[in-house]
Amino acid sequence: MTKQVQQLDRVIIRFAGDSGDGMQLTGDRFTAETAEFGNDLSTLPNFPAEIRAPAGTLPGVSSFQLHFADHDILTPGDAPNVLVAMNPAALKANLSDLPRGADIIANSDEFTKRNLAKVGYTESPLDDESLSEWRVHSVPLTSLTVKALEDFDISKKDAERAKNMFALGLLSWLYHRPVEATIRFIESKFAKKPDIAKSNVAAFNAGWNYGETTEAFSVSYEIKPAKLAPGIYRNISGNQALAYGLIAASVQAKLPLFLGSYPITPASDILHELSKHKRFGIRTFQAEDEIAGVGAALGASFGGALGVTTTSGPGVALKAETVGLAVTTELPLIVVDVQRAGPSTGMPTKTEQTDLLMALYGRNGESPIPVVAPATPSDCFAIAVEAARIALKYRTPVMLLSDGYLANGSEPWKLPEIDDLPDISVDFTTESNSDDGTFLPFKRDAETLARPWAVPGTPGLEHRIGGIEKADGTGNISYDPNNHDLMVRLRQAKIDGIDVPDLEVDDPSGSARVLVLGWGSTYGPIAAALRRVRKAGGQVAQAHLRHLNPFPKNIGEVLKSYDKVLLPEINLGQLALLLRAKFLVDIISYNRVRGLPFKAEELAGVIQDVIDSE
Amino acid sequence: MSESLNGKGLALIPRAEAKQTMKEFKSDQEVRWCPGCGDYAILAAVQSFMPELGIKRENTVFVSGIGCSSRFPYYLNTYGFHSIHGRAPAIATGLAASRPDLSVWVITGDGDALSIGGNHLIHSLRRNVNLNILLFNNRIYGLTKGQYSPTSEIGKITKSTPMGSLDKPFNPISLALGAEAGFVARTLDSDRKHLQSVLREAVAHRGTSLVEIYQNCNIFNDGAFEMMKDPETRDAITVRLEHGQPIVFADQAVRLARTGGVEVVPRASVREEEILVHDVHNPDPSLAFALSRLDEPAFAHVPIGIFRSVDRPSYDQLMNEQVAAATTQKGQGSLTDLLHGGDTWRIG
Ligand SMILES: Cc1ncc(C[n+]2csc(CCOP(=O)(O)OP(=O)(O)O)c2C)c(N)n1
Ligand code: SF4
Ligand SMILES: [Mg+2]
Repeated sequence: MTKQVQQLDRVIIRFAGDSGDGMQLTGDRFTAETAEFGNDLSTLPNFPAEIRAPAGTLPGVSSFQLHFADHDILTPGDAPNVLVAMNPAALKANLSDLPRGADIIANSDEFTKRNLAKVGYTESPLDDESLSEWRVHSVPLTSLTVKALEDFDISKKDAERAKNMFALGLLSWLYHRPVEATIRFIESKFAKKPDIAKSNVAAFNAGWNYGETTEAFSVSYEIKPAKLAPGIYRNISGNQALAYGLIAASVQAKLPLFLGSYPITPASDILHELSKHKRFGIRTFQAEDEIAGVGAALGASFGGALGVTTTSGPGVALKAETVGLAVTTELPLIVVDVQRAGPSTGMPTKTEQTDLLMALYGRNGESPIPVVAPATPSDCFAIAVEAARIALKYRTPVMLLSDGYLANGSEPWKLPEIDDLPDISVDFTTESNSDDGTFLPFKRDAETLARPWAVPGTPGLEHRIGGIEKADGTGNISYDPNNHDLMVRLRQAKIDGIDVPDLEVDDPSGSARVLVLGWGSTYGPIAAALRRVRKAGGQVAQAHLRHLNPFPKNIGEVLKSYDKVLLPEINLGQLALLLRAKFLVDIISYNRVRGLPFKAEELAGVIQDVIDSE
Repeated sequence: MSESLNGKGLALIPRAEAKQTMKEFKSDQEVRWCPGCGDYAILAAVQSFMPELGIKRENTVFVSGIGCSSRFPYYLNTYGFHSIHGRAPAIATGLAASRPDLSVWVITGDGDALSIGGNHLIHSLRRNVNLNILLFNNRIYGLTKGQYSPTSEIGKITKSTPMGSLDKPFNPISLALGAEAGFVARTLDSDRKHLQSVLREAVAHRGTSLVEIYQNCNIFNDGAFEMMKDPETRDAITVRLEHGQPIVFADQAVRLARTGGVEVVPRASVREEEILVHDVHNPDPSLAFALSRLDEPAFAHVPIGIFRSVDRPSYDQLMNEQVAAATTQKGQGSLTDLLHGGDTWRIG
């Protein structure tokens, strides 16, 4: 039987199943195959905070969405073209996101009375008419897998567990994915259990062969590799890119990295990743709490290390006092906040941009700190180096605001040339900086206003620093009113004077009257929305902030040169509040706080409305 | 594991070239405690003790929290970090773990160490980073003008407890022993000789050493330790612990009790071999713990000296060994290899 091959320019697949079904792994592998094939891609994992929510229930559904294309894309996609539903809960939880006409590949074995009842189906939707508007492929994935593994010396349970590999094989066939790397991956993952390794490879192959032979799938699809800029690429998630960026910063600064951290979703993977790279001289310290994590990092900075702490919103709240101490002692420190839905525990695995005002103002006293935010998962690399550059050059804590969407999402990353990375090394002070030979720990550099960094072990420069207000220059304790006023202003001026690149505006038409501004992880959805609007003839400009404190010097000018400025944020308008206050510009906010990234289609509609209302 | 550093608290710290003097360890800052405060005596004891260590002054760092006692670092001409309330052990941990060539000291008060910073204290004790923690216990909040502290006796009348405090105090020695501390000792602000002898051992211990120093706050809790200072009473209640020596004081002796703990009995009533011989190296902390309870009820008998000195690898040492091992096994990290690791593909 020869099968038809259809060309597509892009596809969005969502793998959905029970938390125990291995959907994240399946999605990761399909992503790796897709990356190897050369498509552009973007991913969105979505999983419950509970490690094992009750099996077969709606709260237990875990999913992984992948968008891949023959051209460059910006988001994991709004709505899947294909849903792989490993059980009734997965179908029910995801159906509302699925446009009519989309494909559903459902594991019919799991559509038992009991499983149906768990999610409130009285009748199997695979059997009645309720799914008639979708293209349903009912495949007994579990029993096919068990059958394929009959000859293996493994338990029935282990055979059943390989069903995700069968599904992966089938999808790999359906979209012409290269399979060798997946087979190698399975073999190395189960290297210690050769039987399991062999059976999983067999299940994967059986899935592929099933696609090839069965009549249930008459068409397969080809999505040509994307024409991306020449270079060497790898797929990378935001958290991994951030960890690599911190390592690069340590190398480029010629300083050992010290990470003090306390586990918290969605930031823990940075701790995990950095813990693996001790041969870069990295010390990772899992502290007793977030306060100790940042405290240890600051102590290490005092000793001349690149001190870093990683956390999410609740941890930032705990670290506030120590960050204030870093502000006043003027020591370098990087605080990474991988934002998640709040307040309080909120929704730990869901994304949000709600910590901006806390980052800027969540401390006692006038306590300014620089804030930077990456725009995409791979940008987490560059922004980590930038955060370190600022921290070291200006001797200040820097807040880096990532979020859950960037942290877990992934995309192809064109590897930077190591030689192109900035040299961010700094010199420790080793000699007296005054005429009388004494050391003045708070005598500032005339240009940057940074104070000297003299680390313990340096003879002759013994000095004491602390949280009490210091006299300008000498650093001695001072309660002098005018000195305090001066120090408050100097600390502010130092941050205000940080060199930040100008804000770039993208306006292909050259005559747009509406600017869409964003910061952080909204970059992809905004850019994707703008493509749609522009394709339809709309004229609109885009600018994206990576530096939120200080702002780029030209930002006021940019804002004022448009009739309207639209600012979508996954909060209730935190950046808008700042821009209105600072620049007296009547920002139009668009806010949704659903724990999810914006959809391109949704934003396109909002942008079009703003253009039309002119 | 590389060569053990146990018992060599200063092994990795560079030696001073010339002999040092007490004067060199005094900073130019005016000392601002209340006249008569016990902190003065401790400062003088430490300043005159430091030269004896023979380590480079610039490789010495005093880290403190907040409280009267935590002003201490300003008065020593070493590196110093006066941090925030309760967090000094955490800050010192990062410093000591990344700089094994430093002698790192933590100065803390009873409120700083046992209220707000209790968590950091117990974790640094179990972790055993190379720190010397000096806990100035005046059984009161000095800096905030006299509220009761977690070491104040029940029923303490203070501004915040006009009808008497309700909560049972911590015994810092018992707490430290319970937290797996390797070195635990107690001394007294007014007994310079004893204080320095305890410091000598604390410094020699590689790992976290906790030294509780009874310190008189003559403004808000004057005379808290008077019983131990007054010649009339001190000998009858002060139990001087000395390694390898039978535990005896005045006409009393300490022996194992039937209940499992230890008890104080008239010396004349026991045979010599019944008297407990103090062993600071006993791997089992229960006898040290029992000794720490001798002051129950309050100030019945108060042991001073070293309760426990047991060696185990320090956290900073182990951490640095892991870094070294990773580097030996796989070679020093290369950024190019790191970025190009995993699945890559080429376009164009
Ligand atoms: C976060 C915070 N909470 C409260 C205080 C106020 N405060 C300063 S010192 C102190 C207690 C100090 O008592 P102790 O540690 O026993 O030190 P002492 O002054 O007795 O030496 C308090 C409550 C503070 N500085 N910071
Ligand atoms: S208040 Fe007490 S502890 Fe503080 S300086 Fe005065 S006497 Fe010393
Ligand atoms: Mg006190």
